[in-house]
Amino acid sequence: MNFDFSDDQKQLRDQARKFLAEKCSPKAVRAVLDGKAPYDKELWKGLAEMGFLGVAIPEEFGGAGAGHLELCVIAEEMGRANAPVPFSSTVYLAAEALLIAGNDAQKKKWLPAIASGEAIGTLALFEGKGNPAPKNVKLTAANGVLNGIKKPVADGAIADFAVVAARTGSSGRDSDVSLFLVDLKAGGVEVKSLTNLDPTRGQAEIAFKDAKAEPLGAAGEGWSILTQVLDRAAVLCAFEQVGGSDRALEMGRDYALDRIAFGRQIGSFQAVKHMLADMYVSATLARSNSYYGAWALSTNAAELPEAAAAARISATQAFQHCAKNNIQVHGGMGFTWEFDCHMYYRRANAMALGLGSLSYWEDQLIDRMRKKNAA
Amino acid sequence: MNFDDTPQEAEFRATARAWISANAPKQYEEELRKSSLGRTVLKNANILEVAKAWQKKKADAGWACLHWPKEYGGRGSSPIERVIWSQEEGPFGQLSRMFIIGHGMCGPTMMAFAREEHKRTYLPPLASGEKVWCQLFSEPAGGSDVAGLRTRAEKDGDDWVINGQKIWTSGAHYSDYGILLTRTDPTVPKHKGLTMFFLDMKSPGVEVRPIKQASGASDFNEVYFTNVRIPDHQRLGEVGDGWNVSLTTLMNERSAIGAAVSTGFPELFEYCSSLMLDDGPAIEDRAVRSKLANWAVKASGLKYTSMRAISALSKGERPGPENSIGKLVAGSMIQDVATYALDLQGASGVVSGEDGELAGRFQAMLLRAPGTRVEGGTDEIMRNIIAERVLGLPGDIRVDKDVPFNKIPTKGRN
Repeated sequence: MNFDFSDDQKQLRDQARKFLAEKCSPKAVRAVLDGKAPYDKELWKGLAEMGFLGVAIPEEFGGAGAGHLELCVIAEEMGRANAPVPFSSTVYLAAEALLIAGNDAQKKKWLPAIASGEAIGTLALFEGKGNPAPKNVKLTAANGVLNGIKKPVADGAIADFAVVAARTGSSGRDSDVSLFLVDLKAGGVEVKSLTNLDPTRGQAEIAFKDAKAEPLGAAGEGWSILTQVLDRAAVLCAFEQVGGSDRALEMGRDYALDRIAFGRQIGSFQAVKHMLADMYVSATLARSNSYYGAWALSTNAAELPEAAAAARISATQAFQHCAKNNIQVHGGMGFTWEFDCHMYYRRANAMALGLGSLSYWEDQLIDRMRKKNAA
Repeated sequence: MNFDDTPQEAEFRATARAWISANAPKQYEEELRKSSLGRTVLKNANILEVAKAWQKKKADAGWACLHWPKEYGGRGSSPIERVIWSQEEGPFGQLSRMFIIGHGMCGPTMMAFAREEHKRTYLPPLASGEKVWCQLFSEPAGGSDVAGLRTRAEKDGDDWVINGQKIWTSGAHYSDYGILLTRTDPTVPKHKGLTMFFLDMKSPGVEVRPIKQASGASDFNEVYFTNVRIPDHQRLGEVGDGWNVSLTTLMNERSAIGAAVSTGFPELFEYCSSLMLDDGPAIEDRAVRSKLANWAVKASGLKYTSMRAISALSKGERPGPENSIGKLVAGSMIQDVATYALDLQGASGVVSGEDGELAGRFQAMLLRAPGTRVEGGTDEIMRNIIAERVLGLPGDIRVDKDVPFNKIPTKGRN
């Protein structure tokens, strides 16, 4: 049994960690947080040069042609560094959708541009409140144009193109939904930035008014493709969340060792030690569930839907838990803008919603476990 | 990344599987498979006799205590082979429970500290289950703080004379031998005045009294020592070095990699899959699903944490510290799971035993569960271990550290 990353993959993780420690310091994250730029362009360029953006994109489409395990270890480091770049929208959602459903021309147009850092992509799925569900897709597609409003769209204000879920039928079935590719720089698209919990990753409202769109994948297959994309993104996001959990735990541990109160290190009080031990427990459960997700993703196993939901839930819980208790360990200072704790708290809570909320994924997990048991 | 055996592992697995399939007491398989925390019983047989017979059969064929050296009754197997064996043994592994203390703790301690002739005499019948061992550490005055124990050992000629009381001794009532931690010098600080021995539990002056647990069952005992004589050659380690010897024992207790910890989740999922509530099937109820999902990811998290440790063993590496979370997570989880299963039964959840739902399976689990959060290291001790050994946080401040043992206060208030 070798339920672990290979030495090469671990080396890649170390390389990514070193690169991000240099190019993505908390100060760099803060520049985006404070609104100085919508994302860190220099970092994005650097990630492209390192080959990280296209690590799981085949060589024929300009990528490194490695695989999803390699992407998982990079994702972990992106989460650890709280990187203020549209990595998840572009790489986990847009690129994965293209890889699953794109025709040759679409792949040739967008995948090399993603790998080289020239194109930012995203998925436009949500239309206001609610979780992923065919009935919540109201935006319409007809005669090659889209009409309707998507919000929130992650990184929508900086994206060059979007994969858009649209209604193409009214049977009440999943086959009512189809996917489309839209060049967001073309006409018929109005983009408005939205304030959001985590300013280091923007959210936008996008209005499509007779916006030109080309089909992505077969008509009526949209929901089935989306489900696969969300499962794959769930695993990859889980690795970001695992990286973030570990970093929040480290920050709390370090502060507990440095801070003196009542004449001793606060990390010597059991109330603090046990809080940190519980953070370690959540982070460890999340890591193990995510490894299982990585295995299922990389082998395209029949277990992927269940593994992805478990990784998603466990990693979401762990990141929220570690980020909130990191602030608690820091006491009052943890609640200042100046300390970095809130950046992880913001990221943890934003990520908990991005692919659908925790309660949505809980429901999915049980459905999928039942299906497996019935089979 | 894969879950595949190496060719060598696959070969070992096939051999183990074939032997188990040809030799295991299959007539008990169904009952063992259905056993859960608080209820491992065989209706028409004495489980101790069945367990001993299975252990002897394994030993005769070279399948007992796989990781022990052959000369002491083992197989000389690698750690990964031990894991593969336990995976293949499956429900029949339940029968090893009565030997866990002896094989997991007493044996390794004897191997590290006993004289060679004692090892050759005592270890093979321990491996084969012909002799059962217990571990006599905890006392009324020393549970988590085991170094606070008060049982005295005083030198008299070539013997030591033991007086005192132990508690929470698993299986003392059917044990033949035990390892015993005593205080030999109360005038030095507590960790420095301890000495370890092994003894015959049938020695004159040893009295075993079962403890009636909160669950009503009796798995543990109090053991009283009145002028019990132990020859000096049965001492394990140096006089005054008992604390270090006991650390060997306790480290072995916590290193059972790959041992499946009971979370109660499979039982609850199965139950909810067929249970009808007032408004329809439980499994379709939103609140039920949310609870199940939260426990599902804990159970799978533990499972794959264990897989990571097994992978390290397979590569010949030492597993990381992540396995230390198992007991902490599973202990409180099984208690919560049992509580919730009863909640789903409404008022009738109060009915236990044969009159209860599923013959009282979850009621038995509920009543046994508090013990899992205490035995083998309380939740609080486990959190301290993670905080100190994994995260590197400071140890607790010990006000009795440098105080002679006989000067430490013994009462909280007057």
